[in-house]
Amino acid sequence: MAIEGFVAIYIFMLAAFAGFEVISRVPVILHTPLMSGSNFVHGIVVVGAMVVLGHAETTAEQVVGFIAVVLAAGNAVGGYVVTERMLEMFKSKDEQKKEAKE
Amino acid sequence: MNFIVQLTYLLAAVLFILGLKGMSSPKTARKGIIWAGVGMVLATLVTFVHPAVHGLTNYLLIIIGIAVAGVLAWWSGRRVGMTEMPQMVALYNGMGGGAAAAIAGVEMLRALRTLPGDLQSQAQALSNEAGISLAAAEAALRAEGAATASVAGALGADVAILAILGALIGTVAFSGSLVAWAKLDGRMKRNSLVPAQQVVNIVVFGLTVLFGVMTFFTDSIAVVAIFFALGLLFGVFVAVPIGGADMPVIISLFNALTGLAVGFEGYAIGNPAMIIAGTVVGAAGTLLTQLMAKAMNRPLTNVLFAGWGSTEGAT
Repeated sequence: MAIEGFVAIYIFMLAAFAGFEVISRVPVILHTPLMSGSNFVHGIVVVGAMVVLGHAETTAEQVVGFIAVVLAAGNAVGGYVVTERMLEMFKSKDEQKKEAKE
Repeated sequence: MNFIVQLTYLLAAVLFILGLKGMSSPKTARKGIIWAGVGMVLATLVTFVHPAVHGLTNYLLIIIGIAVAGVLAWWSGRRVGMTEMPQMVALYNGMGGGAAAAIAGVEMLRALRTLPGDLQSQAQALSNEAGISLAAAEAALRAEGAATASVAGALGADVAILAILGALIGTVAFSGSLVAWAKLDGRMKRNSLVPAQQVVNIVVFGLTVLFGVMTFFTDSIAVVAIFFALGLLFGVFVAVPIGGADMPVIISLFNALTGLAVGFEGYAIGNPAMIIAGTVVGAAGTLLTQLMAKAMNRPLTNVLFAGWGSTEGAT
């Protein structure tokens, strides 16, 4: 699916506004977890890496494409694990009690 | 099938934005990362039936790549101590930047592969038509329209520009984040690698931009390779002078840059999920970088140009 010209510029602009807007009221305590969380979100690069490796036709393209997939998957999985661990600390009191009982 | 793929990408983009929204409030933060995680899993799974993906070897390579990197990243992320989290974020972020640059690399390899054939078939046709030799026809074609024999000619000007920009930002974010990781992890303590680091940085940046422009017009793989190498070198040089206390802000900046690179490469390969998620992270990351600098009572310019005028003799 090709996205061309002004439509692409509109998408870039609206996405940028959305990005500014969704985190505009973030408290200081969440700065690092949010950085980690947004790091996870750009792990979506993994789908692009899969597509370029998927249509690779020469060995050189496969090698570079494979590097892309490996790096992107590391970004996505690592980003998720680290963020999830940071946010463990933001469990509500009830959840912590529940886990203590188990 | 393409309809399902595109619909899932749309859903993933919505989940990412909702997830980031959730992560900006303590009460909903844990739900936020789970929503974003669901979006990621859906987008990854549906890409296996993406119409562009074909070939048994390619499928195998994709699965092996995801499995190996996934297990390693999971293991390293689980194992690391709480105080070592920032450098792990830097490491994973660098990988994302590298992936964006590698995507640009594959697209340029494809562009260069299709070029000679294209030019030769045109030359063949011209030599048959005009009754001149093949070499003369090829030379004539190159002389009259060099635009057909370039990365830009093969990809289209808009795609080529964004692919090159994404490659530039991606390579810088990749090597810069690796330096940030090495410094925070105590593996690297130097504040300059060469004498007059800041002056060298300006020169390297100028060269990188020059080769980026040349990549647009070139049909030579060497120019593209030098461009990528210079980008990597500049990323190292730009991160080296930055002090340890400022590192979280710089990691956040590289994070925003990676987002931007992902967004640009998303345009280059026509993937709307990458465009939206990348741009959202680019914008949110930029704002977050400013907020973090403000919270530390340190203007961003001080962080970025730390060490100006004091590089001489710094070790």
